Amino acid sequence: MHPLTDLEKAAVLRIVAENKSRPGPLIEILHGVQANLGYVPAAAVPVIAAGLNLSRAEVHGVVTFYHFFRDHPVGRHVVRLCQAESCQAMGAAALTAHAKRRLGIDFHQTSADGAFTLEPVYCLGNCACSPALMIDGDLMGRVTAEDFDAMVTAGSRT
Amino acid sequence: MSIDIYVPRDASALSLGAAGVATAIDAEARARRADARVIRNGSRGLYWLEPMVEVVLPEGRWAYGPVKPQDVRSLFDADFLQGGAHPLSQGLTEEIPYLKSQQRLTSARVGVIEPTSIADYVAHGGYIGLRKALAMSQAEIVQSVLDSGLRGRGGAAFPTGIKWKTVLDQPAAQKYVTCNADEGDSGTFSDRMLMEGDPLTLIEGMTIAGIAVGATQGYIYLRVEYPHAYAALNEALNAARQANYLGRDVMGSGRHFELEVRLGAGAYICGEETSMLESLEGKRGEIRVRPPLPAIKGLFGQPTVVNNVVTLATIPIILARGASYYRDFGTGKSRGTLPLQLAGNVRRGGLVERAFGLSLRELLYDYGGGSASGRPIRAVQVGGPLGAYIPASQFDVAIDYEALSGIGALLGHGGVVVFDDTVDMAQMARYAMEFCAIESCGKCTPCRIGSTRGVEVIDRIIGGVERERNLVLLEDLCETMLQGSLCGLGGMTPFPVQSILKHFREDFHAPTRH
Repeated sequence: MHPLTDLEKAAVLRIVAENKSRPGPLIEILHGVQANLGYVPAAAVPVIAAGLNLSRAEVHGVVTFYHFFRDHPVGRHVVRLCQAESCQAMGAAALTAHAKRRLGIDFHQTSADGAFTLEPVYCLGNCACSPALMIDGDLMGRVTAEDFDAMVTAGSRT
Repeated sequence: MSIDIYVPRDASALSLGAAGVATAIDAEARARRADARVIRNGSRGLYWLEPMVEVVLPEGRWAYGPVKPQDVRSLFDADFLQGGAHPLSQGLTEEIPYLKSQQRLTSARVGVIEPTSIADYVAHGGYIGLRKALAMSQAEIVQSVLDSGLRGRGGAAFPTGIKWKTVLDQPAAQKYVTCNADEGDSGTFSDRMLMEGDPLTLIEGMTIAGIAVGATQGYIYLRVEYPHAYAALNEALNAARQANYLGRDVMGSGRHFELEVRLGAGAYICGEETSMLESLEGKRGEIRVRPPLPAIKGLFGQPTVVNNVVTLATIPIILARGASYYRDFGTGKSRGTLPLQLAGNVRRGGLVERAFGLSLRELLYDYGGGSASGRPIRAVQVGGPLGAYIPASQFDVAIDYEALSGIGALLGHGGVVVFDDTVDMAQMARYAMEFCAIESCGKCTPCRIGSTRGVEVIDRIIGGVERERNLVLLEDLCETMLQGSLCGLGGMTPFPVQSILKHFREDFHAPTRH
């Protein structure tokens, strides 16, 4: 287990302290940690557990239950490609194949240049404009292979 | 006089470039010294026209769409600020047939108002319902909701008033109102549109619920995939707090109600109400065995109202206009209206709020205009990933809870996903099982193991391995999951699979591909 840096540990402790008096705070804390560090490091689990008086197993169980939380660093951009029915009806499978080929990776992996991590997602609520994807917090609709490539070109530089 | 121009901030409109359009209009107006103001509204839900720009003229709002940033200069050249002719002109928004023929009650303000402006909300009939509720007894409010015939719009269609009455009747020091905004069904976006386009309606509905049942704290459990709704809700909550529509003294009544948004973390199962409560408590979203019902022992063990966004957002109009006004829409036991969502391979996708009783065919062809690809529509899935696939021979079915149930389908949250004739239904059956395997909370065996076995059996059928025997096995597995699962995920995943076995069985007999 990779230990937390002093800065990371301070961030986790601060997020725990800010939230611990709220009802049912664990998921809020995990959101805070992931927003701050980019992921929930395994070494953050005992720190959070101690702060909330929970067992490490309880915290680990929550981190691993939810698809959104991850225990490893990601690329500079996270691309979530919708795989659900509405997008399938509009060619999501072909777009997914194109995306994987273009980035040279499979789902849950990060491109060699560190720019993109590709994740599947099951519905972005953009079903009248399928197929859809979300890059970081930005939604894209009626995405074509050309749109995807343009996004990759732009995102590679930032 | 300054001219108002509406450009949506709705996530889907943004996904098609609305932000760039707003910026371009603003820049062009400045360059031309035009006296115009860009207002960011929700979407009207005419998504084939998004980004749809509306200009406020004396005779009404005039629509142009779909507008790209590069169209903006030509719009100004055509004098669109005065409703000038342009290839993208759609005429008066309210006269567009798709919109004109709708009966928008719950979504009446979506796309019309500036979403987080209390002044605009109140100018369009907002907070009349809460004002009336504050003058009524708790039992009278609950009776009103009962009389309206409103049933849960999340999918289960349980009478809302009965749920509220149960919570009202529980003696407890602390009760809760929770809103299930974990809109995870593919093909659905009405919750998102409401939260982005008219979040104060949801907030007002939850406040009325809190006052009706005696709850002082509410939570909106919002899926993390909806960052735009998160922003809009929090802006609206701040506005409501500042204007005293939330807090210790709601509208000077002495009544207390607080509201907070909590984010989910990408688990479809958390749209199941007991799983959502576990998640709100900060735990793994494993479902709870019922009884006890959440209305008796819900969030943190206290009596809790759990309702969907559309359900709660419908409460204000029921209180404002009266139970009978709402009940007079609809048919049979399906009272009122439902915001249907047309999605997938459809030419005119969007939001269609109509009284129950519209036929599926009218929705698909009169509103939807057929498939986007121009090919024949072969199947539609109604009600999300747990809903049945309906073949073309059944498109005359009426869209209401009982009629759909009569053909072995379900309405769910009102999402309709269209597929053309290129769809491989065996793959859709496989996907139903695969989705269940990915999203199962793991608490019960039929769902956790059954879904994985389901994928394997379907793979064998598709691969041509002992097809007949494996089809029998698949039918048997569906029955086991249906009868033996603890909640709707495992218990309803068989519905799409069984509907495919029934209506599209030939796709399981396709020649094998190697």
